[in-house]
Amino acid sequence: MTALSALPDPQGFFGDFGGQFVAETLMPLILELQGCYEAAKDDPAFREELAYFQRDYVGRPSPLYFAERLTEHFGGAKIYFKREELNHTGAHKINNCIGQILLAKRMGKNRIIAETGAGMHGVATATVAARFGMKCVVYMGATDIDRQQANVFRMRLLGAEVIPVESGMGTLKDAMNEALRDWVTNVDDTFYIIGTVAGPHPYPAMVRDFQAVIGHETRDQMLEKEQRLPDSLVACIGGGSNAMGLFHPFLKDESVHMIGVEAGGHGISTGEHAASLNGGEPGVLHGNRTYLLQNVDGQIQDAHSISAGLDYPGIGPEHAYLHSTKRVEYVSITDQEAIDAFQLCCRKEGIIPALETAHALAEIAKRAPELPKDHLMVVNLSGRGDKDMTSVAEYLGDSF
Amino acid sequence: MTAQANATDVSISRITQRFEDLKAEGRSALVTFVTAGDPDPETSQAILDGLPAAGADIIELGMPFTDPMADGPAIQKGAQRALKAGQNQRKTLEMVRRFRAHDQDTPIVLMGYYNPIYRYGVEAFLNDAAEAGIDGLIVVDLPPEHDGELCLPAAEKGLNFIRLATPTTDDARLPKVLENTSGFLYYVSVAGVTGAGSASSEAVEKAVERLKLHSTLPVAVGFGIKTPEHAAMVARSADAVVVGSALVNTIEQAESPQAAIEGVHSLTHALAQGVRTARQAG
Ligand SMILES: Cc1ncc(COP(=O)(O)O)c(C=O)c1O
Repeated sequence: MTALSALPDPQGFFGDFGGQFVAETLMPLILELQGCYEAAKDDPAFREELAYFQRDYVGRPSPLYFAERLTEHFGGAKIYFKREELNHTGAHKINNCIGQILLAKRMGKNRIIAETGAGMHGVATATVAARFGMKCVVYMGATDIDRQQANVFRMRLLGAEVIPVESGMGTLKDAMNEALRDWVTNVDDTFYIIGTVAGPHPYPAMVRDFQAVIGHETRDQMLEKEQRLPDSLVACIGGGSNAMGLFHPFLKDESVHMIGVEAGGHGISTGEHAASLNGGEPGVLHGNRTYLLQNVDGQIQDAHSISAGLDYPGIGPEHAYLHSTKRVEYVSITDQEAIDAFQLCCRKEGIIPALETAHALAEIAKRAPELPKDHLMVVNLSGRGDKDMTSVAEYLGDSF
Repeated sequence: MTAQANATDVSISRITQRFEDLKAEGRSALVTFVTAGDPDPETSQAILDGLPAAGADIIELGMPFTDPMADGPAIQKGAQRALKAGQNQRKTLEMVRRFRAHDQDTPIVLMGYYNPIYRYGVEAFLNDAAEAGIDGLIVVDLPPEHDGELCLPAAEKGLNFIRLATPTTDDARLPKVLENTSGFLYYVSVAGVTGAGSASSEAVEKAVERLKLHSTLPVAVGFGIKTPEHAAMVARSADAVVVGSALVNTIEQAESPQAAIEGVHSLTHALAQGVRTARQAG
């Protein structure tokens, strides 16, 4: 097996997955981005600037918090939260956006585009665009605009133009199609900030590298608090960036078990879910080969999840690879299970998590009670739930 | 060329033959794009069957896909209509088989995205496509970096793999784009999605000249060409003119299947007039 740190290969493959499956118009742009990223990565000035913004603007490092009341409640594993929801803009998304906008600046681009589902990536992108004085256009599915009104307003306050996408189901996949169409049309001045570890190479590797700060900090913090590595890591998966950011720095540590949590929607057997690994097949979409929800004719099927940020029919190619090598275990959690865990976290820890994050919390609810008290479990608290008030109220038959 | 000779028992491909014939006539080719199964299988078959008589020299047949990332609204909607009416890869190949029963000469190129082919199975798809009488493939999301996926296996089966060159393809990259391209080269005259914008005649002329410095393949020019006048202008320098969105729009606007068939054929006829008279007029 190739050393994990050596992946992807120069063409962007993690085993069979990944690649650069894009139209010729974009190919020169992607190759240029790849070259610039490679150079920036090793440039001390770039790393210093990135570290500065991560510390003073994003608010890093985020705490590793011992969730004592949840631990007591489950009566098993010792649970830690990696508090990414405390970052500026309320999720892990900004780690990546800061990195990419510094790269955009370096490449002399002054127009930023992005796709967004829950709106967290859109907000993070609008934020950094405002901070660096760049024009920003965010594509968002019409369905998601309806269920994430507050984030739409935040983006507009930050000066971004939010363009509703009506095609398909009006969710994340459709927003990504439209962002790609914008990019082929505006090749000269535009930088596309992809929000997760998907898309054509170098995005999956680049976004992973920018998010890996989560795992690096977790390692140091855990060594300081417990003088040893964690036993398991749990994270939710839309495209897979918060999970990859937490997991990647631990991939070589065989004792660390990793669990990626996909959105099971109404349940895998109903066909209404967003679990690409557990309910999909390999295929090619949005620039990479990965597991996709699709029919026998290779037509992409719409995903379903109560959480807009997980509502995507694909998954980052490195996750597809880690699934194939069995290094990471991938499971799924239903809408109902996520809502239950969401409420439990609110009441026990006084933290309102994002609905995406609630999927990871639901998985620890299943596992923690069965595990010994000295089992150290880290869950990535990828975002806060302020944006989800309407969805949760609606689901619970409540209103405010 | 040897691969083609083995596979199809003729010395040159239908596409190459067609370009040679038209060169002898001293005119450019009209390439028409419609989506297979749009607006429904029967109407689409009738549209396809009548295209050569209406004046199409080469036919591009779109394989509908749910996520056509490089297409504008017209072709997106065409694909959605086709999928809604139950179109799939097998039915698309079947359409071509029926067409071949009465037309042995007009080249047909399938155009689309990789996933439906990948899911069908590359080997099985190429066998079935060659057997159905398909001459070439244009697969938008397979750049030369991924030639091993489909381009090289297609060439082995005698199918032309036609590549797109774009305004962003500079001289340094062009040889890579041309390396395994056969049949013709498709120049996308504007950076953008299908149906949007259009390049000036000087820009097209310059681009065609540049491509001809690097390749002896015929050069087709497309994207944003909508009217017979515009087609005529492009036909002065290009070896072929590709029209897609304008034809697909005709289908969308038609009030009945019969009107869709007539609409596509009459626009094809007008475009063909433009292309055929371009160099006399010019
Ligand atoms: C809080 C939060 N967590 C997780 C995700 C899922 O994305 P990813 O899998 O890339 O971390 C999102 C996406 O919007 C999000 O907002």
